[in-house]
Amino acid sequence: MLAMVIDDSKAIRLILGKILKDIGFEVVDAANGVEAMERLKEVGKVELALVDWNMPEMNGYEFVCEVRKDETYKDVRLMMVTTETETSQVIKALEAGANEYLMKPFTKEMIQEKLSIMGISVG
Amino acid sequence: MNISESDFQFITKLVKELSAIALEPGKEYLVESRINPLAQKEGFASIEELVKKLRSEPQNGLRNKVVEVMTTNETSFFRDIHPFETLKNFVLPELIEKREKTRELNIWCGASSSGQEPYSFAMLIKENFPQLDSWKIKYIATDISDEMLKRCRDGIYSQLEINRGLPAAMMVKYFERQGTEWRVKEDLRKMVDFRYTNLSENWPYMPPMDLVMVRNVLIYFDVEMKKQILGKIKKLMRPDGYFFLGAAETTLNLDESFERMNYKQSGCYRLRQG
Ligand SMILES: C[S@@+](CC[C@H](N)C(=O)[O-])C[C@H]1O[C@@H](n2cnc3c(N)ncnc32)[C@H](O)[C@@H]1O
Repeated sequence: MLAMVIDDSKAIRLILGKILKDIGFEVVDAANGVEAMERLKEVGKVELALVDWNMPEMNGYEFVCEVRKDETYKDVRLMMVTTETETSQVIKALEAGANEYLMKPFTKEMIQEKLSIMGISVG
Repeated sequence: MNISESDFQFITKLVKELSAIALEPGKEYLVESRINPLAQKEGFASIEELVKKLRSEPQNGLRNKVVEVMTTNETSFFRDIHPFETLKNFVLPELIEKREKTRELNIWCGASSSGQEPYSFAMLIKENFPQLDSWKIKYIATDISDEMLKRCRDGIYSQLEINRGLPAAMMVKYFERQGTEWRVKEDLRKMVDFRYTNLSENWPYMPPMDLVMVRNVLIYFDVEMKKQILGKIKKLMRPDGYFFLGAAETTLNLDESFERMNYKQSGCYRLRQG
């Protein structure tokens, strides 16, 4: 199973990448939405993408909108992982097509619990 | 700070008497790590001083505080997910069909901790079975800890807690953000009746139950107490009701009147038929 981590912080990409690898994913990453779209085209498809909100070039919300425009990616599970905690932001992301939403700071346990409610069987 | 053998024995005996929680030898580290902060908070110089007080004034409110800190309250929304899938896909549809005439359901959650489990199930009902809105649902959730019961009634969760297992779509629908915390909305809150019950003592009257969840609490009790409690649950259940245990728990070798249902990892039981 392939997953993508999209975050402009290298540290966060490393941490999330490690958590997903421990769970059993192969991981690719990207530092913003534009890079993520390119990566997505290269690899074809991913099972899951963890998406930060605030990033340069193309932010996570715009990325979710982009991905949801394309039928090819309709099965990709998208989870926002962000410091944005306003209810209105959560709703906006869900309406754009995000499947889940996790507020930073996160733990490995939280990621696993979210994956399991998305029906992705882990560990 | 090390706990002496006799103080350890005193505490474990007290905790067992009051809550049935069995702390085996070897759990000294656990007792120390939980009692130390309590001793400090209550103004005692050491665990020894605290135990001295308990010995000299047995009726002191301190006893309950000791039990309170020795309980493990670990929980999360939709914990282990499988039991909730089973409730949604099999158990509730069946019960709804069977109770179509009376349109009544009695549900009991027997160790509610800070409330995530009863609220998860309440959300599951609201999301999937809107027809139950017009039924008479008696939903009782109990715990031994007054502190946890207060948390249940307040229904306020930190961001760390709300992040654990709660689908985001339900979070925005059933919770209100208050600063850095999230509060259960009133229509969900009022579905559940939170009450004090010590599982190891006499239980207050409860109506015959269609659904019982006593998850992740029997693990703290010894075999005799587990048997006693399972026996009481059996009597409380309607003959065609369902019972849920935690993922690591079983009725096996404790009470043969329960039959494990073949639903993947959901800890779902019913009473053996016939
Ligand atoms: C680990 S939590 C389980 C919470 C929830 N059922 C779950 O599975 O996530 C255990 C709870 O059992 C409660 N408890 C411990 N001893 C008890 C007793 N004798 N009677 C009632 N509740 C008890 C504790 O206060 C604690 O809230």
